[in-house]
Amino acid sequence: MPDMNKQQREQLPTASDEQPQFGSIENPGLMLADEEGTTLEKRGAYAAPEVQGPQSKPRGAWGEAWRELRHNPSFYVSGVLLLFLIFMAFFPGVFTDIDPRHCPILDTNKDPSGDHWFGTNVQGCDVYARTVFGARASIIVGVATTALIVVIGGLIGALSGYFGGWLDTILARVTDIFFGIPLLLAALVFMSSFKDRTVWTVVAALGIFGWMQIARIMRGSVITVKKSDYVVAARALGAGTGRILGRHVLPNAIAPVIVVATISLGTFIATEATLSFLGIGLPPTEISWGADISSATTALRDSPYQLIFPSIFLSVTVFSFILLGDAVRDALDPKLR
Amino acid sequence: MTTIDTKKKPEGSGSAGAAPLLEVDNLHVEFRTREGVAKAINGVSYDVSAGETLAVLGESGSGKSVTAQTIMGILDMPPGHITGGEIRFHGKDMLKMSKEERRKIRGQKISMIFQDALSALNPVYSVGFQLAEMFTVHRGMSRKNAKLKAIELMDQVRIPAAKDRVDDYPHQFSGGMRQRIMIAMALALDPELIIADEPTTALDVTVQAQVMDLLAELQRERNMGLILITHDLGVVADVADKIAVMYAGRIVEQAPVRELYRQPTHPYTKGLLESIPRLDHKGRELYAIKGLPPNLMRIPSGCAFNPRCPYAQDICRSDVPPLHRISAGRGSACHFWETVMEGEVRG
Amino acid sequence: MGRYVVRRLLQMIPVFIGTTFLIYYMVYQLGGDPISAMFGDKGADPVFVRLKREEFHLNDPLIVQYWYYITDLLQGNFGTSFNGRPVAEELKRAFPVSIRLAMIAFAIEVVIGVGLGLLSGLRRGKLADTMVLAGTLVVISIPVFVLGTVAQFWLGSEWGIFEATASVGDPTWSQLVLPGLVLGSLSLAFVARLTRTSVAENMRADYVRTATAKGLPRRRVVTRHLLRNSLIPVVTFLGADLGALMAGAIVTEGIFNVDGVGRLIYLAVTKHESSTVVGAVAALVMIYLVMNLIVDLLYAVLDPRIRYA
Repeated sequence: MPDMNKQQREQLPTASDEQPQFGSIENPGLMLADEEGTTLEKRGAYAAPEVQGPQSKPRGAWGEAWRELRHNPSFYVSGVLLLFLIFMAFFPGVFTDIDPRHCPILDTNKDPSGDHWFGTNVQGCDVYARTVFGARASIIVGVATTALIVVIGGLIGALSGYFGGWLDTILARVTDIFFGIPLLLAALVFMSSFKDRTVWTVVAALGIFGWMQIARIMRGSVITVKKSDYVVAARALGAGTGRILGRHVLPNAIAPVIVVATISLGTFIATEATLSFLGIGLPPTEISWGADISSATTALRDSPYQLIFPSIFLSVTVFSFILLGDAVRDALDPKLR
Repeated sequence: MTTIDTKKKPEGSGSAGAAPLLEVDNLHVEFRTREGVAKAINGVSYDVSAGETLAVLGESGSGKSVTAQTIMGILDMPPGHITGGEIRFHGKDMLKMSKEERRKIRGQKISMIFQDALSALNPVYSVGFQLAEMFTVHRGMSRKNAKLKAIELMDQVRIPAAKDRVDDYPHQFSGGMRQRIMIAMALALDPELIIADEPTTALDVTVQAQVMDLLAELQRERNMGLILITHDLGVVADVADKIAVMYAGRIVEQAPVRELYRQPTHPYTKGLLESIPRLDHKGRELYAIKGLPPNLMRIPSGCAFNPRCPYAQDICRSDVPPLHRISAGRGSACHFWETVMEGEVRG
Repeated sequence: MGRYVVRRLLQMIPVFIGTTFLIYYMVYQLGGDPISAMFGDKGADPVFVRLKREEFHLNDPLIVQYWYYITDLLQGNFGTSFNGRPVAEELKRAFPVSIRLAMIAFAIEVVIGVGLGLLSGLRRGKLADTMVLAGTLVVISIPVFVLGTVAQFWLGSEWGIFEATASVGDPTWSQLVLPGLVLGSLSLAFVARLTRTSVAENMRADYVRTATAKGLPRRRVVTRHLLRNSLIPVVTFLGADLGALMAGAIVTEGIFNVDGVGRLIYLAVTKHESSTVVGAVAALVMIYLVMNLIVDLLYAVLDPRIRYA
């Protein structure tokens, strides 16, 4: 009796050497899968009549993605929130005249009032001003770390995907090694090795231990694109490695990287806040939501407001990035869900 | 297999007399989606009697599968909505039955064979389990006895070494063997009617004939009604008693099988027959129906086939043609059926 | 299968070595001298420092130091902390607590996560689905330390629904309920979303249609066919997550004063107890790797189409 045919076998999932892409706190991105916008044409053979193609003109993938994004309310919600937060990070003076480092000892643990909209904290500083100024550190850490992981992960992924062979094997093991330590744990140990910590120490800690998912995605994309006919054709025509990488491979690999990067940005902000909460993140001279939340825990019974306001701002920031990443994923590639 | 063979089917298995087993009467189904409403079925009527084979012919999107799913009660609702009509089984409208009543008909009285057995069988259970499930659930049999019945069924559909293979998983069988298991599952509880939705489309050509013959033989033996849904005119000729041709959610022609092949009365049927390659016409250019099947969200006014029809006149663009009765069991939904009927079938 | 396991075990070796080396490097090299770090700015007795440096082979090149360390580790000798207590003993005390906490978190995420996911997947587009989606997104957005602090203060101290802190040493199960809930919340949200997607996807699968067409009762279609198949990716997530839960407990254990591995590591990091940090992290990495292997093997049990070559 004939065995199942080869094509079917190739379509089956096989156990891979790779560890799951999720499972630790560092990468919630891929897990935020949902199925919004699934329409008739994506259904199985047994669902519905095939509705013939839409009448619209053909567009490029990016044009299509943009059109999709503009119809997604999550995009507007997250976009507006993020623009607001970024503006606040760069121009805190627009929102408040109060010096967040001016902390009169007589004013400790006050409830919200006309003078202090969010109340005051244990040291007597204005919680509203500190919350406004706290956005800067979070946004800088998030954006810089994300830029760093895109560079590190993109480079490692592209190299191992493009060249394959022993380089790929080695880089795959290196990726496994870094995957073996949860982000928070690794960052904690890394940070504790430095006596003088700055924003950039935090960025380095999160970047060095946070690039793996980008590398895996990049590697996968590069391999897929490399095998495609037009790249084979370009190489046959004598295009050099650099040109093939730059002109053909990168533009195609960039979409999933953007999605993961956006969602990771939110995660990095949360992790930075966690480190600062544990007292091992940003230096005390920086105004950080995490550190402020930590000091607020000592005075919860007297004035919970100093905990609540920075917590809300922090959560909304993380929320916005995750929501934006979700929306971008839905728009860019339904297959990524 | 692809050439038409209108050889005589043995009589006596027949359509004569008795009240139909199943009657679909003026059925309307639409799909409501974000993009708009797709009118998938627009007034379909057909019937099948015990021992009779009705072939439903049409392109994808013609509504043939949706009709079948509606009969089975496995249509996805939403987005599907039944907006009119009746489906009578032994004279009783199934659309008015309770969920539980309908469930008891499914699998026991009416069963279904799907196109792609690999995806239609659950990949994580053995075929034995999936066959035995029919007996444990519907007949309350013990697992052990149900498994014996499963082996018996696999024997009946001629799966070699059934006893050894009963614990194998679907992916361990070949395509033809898997489809036999689907057939066995459909036959398990001796249903009165089987709906086979493109049962051989996914198979290799050589295996297609074997599976089709097996299905036809079992149907004859058990005097079941069979609705055979297909787009393959070659499959139809050998086994069907009568044919309903569907286009854009309507039946455009209905006829006993031999009459339809000899003398189509609808331009669409005619076009289909002419587009079949024939050995005796080797070297001649193949005929193809021009244009594309209609978008179900924007079905052309009048006769849905008019933009593709060589016979089209003004009336075709304004008036929907009714199904003209030509003779007993024959009808054509064409304003000019007489003209079409007179023309010979080229091809 | 046997060959596959052996191959996977062999592949684990470089990853284990690499990971422990990375941690070892960060703890012993990156931050300068670990012995003087212990004493902060006070400055240490030079004789004591010399003795300790010798004991920990700190005068040898890093790679030699690491070699001493890893060979000891593989013989079950996790070393002693600077104050002389064997690290292995501390781990032996802390691990059962963390395992208990992880089990509670795990049970919560399985029961509630899968339940919500199934509910939401079966009712896609309905109110329940929208609420689950929004709720899980909110949970994912709130950092665990905020959630933990808020839950401890209000659910624990203020309203007294749960016990707010654990007793030192050996906490009771009931003291671990709230920390477990907090620890499991993030994974719970992921599990719910993953289950939802998987259920929604499988609901359209042909074999679920077949099951309905067979006339099976809806309950059986959902549990035997839909859920059984939908849970395959969920189970693999859960398996990998069990390892991550123990490592992820640093914050939760800290907030609720649970004397587990997370708190042990945190305290060791702040006190520069180098051998404790490396030993505990090495143990966690080992658990993580083994869990991943188990998940891969489990995958073959759950899906008969997968065969390991």
